[in-house]
Amino acid sequence: MTGNRTHTEGPPPFETALEDHGPRLHAWLLARVGPSRADDVFQETMLAALAAWDRVPVQSVRAWLFTIARNKAIDEQRRDANRPRPEGEVDSWPSAEVAERLEDPVWDQVRELPEKQRIAVTLRFRGDLNHREIGTVMEISEAAARRNVFEGVKRLRERIEDE
Amino acid sequence: MSEIEARLAAGEVAGTGSNWEEIRTSLLRQADREGAIDLAYERHDTPFGTMVIVAGEGGILRIALAAEPETEVLTDLARRVSPRIGRTGRDALTDARRQLDDYFGGELRTFDLPLDWRLTRGFRREVLHETAAIPYGATASYAQMARQAGSPRAVRAAGSALATNPLPIVVPCHRVLRSDGAVGSYLGGSPMKESLLKMERERTAA
Repeated sequence: MTGNRTHTEGPPPFETALEDHGPRLHAWLLARVGPSRADDVFQETMLAALAAWDRVPVQSVRAWLFTIARNKAIDEQRRDANRPRPEGEVDSWPSAEVAERLEDPVWDQVRELPEKQRIAVTLRFRGDLNHREIGTVMEISEAAARRNVFEGVKRLRERIEDE
Repeated sequence: MSEIEARLAAGEVAGTGSNWEEIRTSLLRQADREGAIDLAYERHDTPFGTMVIVAGEGGILRIALAAEPETEVLTDLARRVSPRIGRTGRDALTDARRQLDDYFGGELRTFDLPLDWRLTRGFRREVLHETAAIPYGATASYAQMARQAGSPRAVRAAGSALATNPLPIVVPCHRVLRSDGAVGSYLGGSPMKESLLKMERERTAA
């Protein structure tokens, strides 16, 4: 079986993984850190991945890459928290730029979700990850990942119907 | 998928026609500057389809003819040399591409490129070294190659060395024919081999 074969094989070519997973990883980062910083955080993520490429878990390359991206996004957010910001501006994501860039006000509603649901929903729909992968990235069970996506979507639907 | 789910999934994804190529290129350039890329490669369009040219530290390491799927070539290199492979330009690749263009255009007879022979060893490497010395427009037989590589009886092994030549065109395995004069097989197909030989013959006669 393919699964067993890949297990005994070493890391895939970096370029192949980049082409396979890069676009979705970038799409998720765009929602997570905003369009103006997505390129930089994407680059940091992939360079960190490349530096550790010998240790890439060949069975779950995608979840591994998103885990690195998640950590890089947190670093970026911490750096950004130190910059002076206009009074009253909340430190949250997706930023207002995201709704504009993705041309849908739903992203302003996503900002109102609890953190875990926001991560789960964006990993599911921007990153195109399955529930198992979302669980790996968030360090929660697959069932908990599924619940977070479900609750997040439900809450968004309620809010939009209320409008 | 519900309406809300469709809305969340809609919209820009890098790679679907946006600035993905720019993002990819800038990442790989930076990675290569930092020395994190062991094998750099480029795709190169030729009259015989798109080839893949790979450079390692020591020079050109692999040339894959259009018949070889890129993913398979990369996967094989990941296993045998290094998985730190990226599609990005390097001087060695630029030189190789220019020389290949000149060769296919009939303007270049002898390649002058640093070669990385890491993918071949022992008798096979000897055979390929001998093959590299066959002049433009000339041909030799598998038996001759075996003899020159030091094992006159290893004709079949010489054949398989040529069939797995990691550096076709530059190491001109297309100039090696069967002893009965038949063109013999070629990874890029017999018509390609015949066409290269014909071009070289014509250029030499002129």
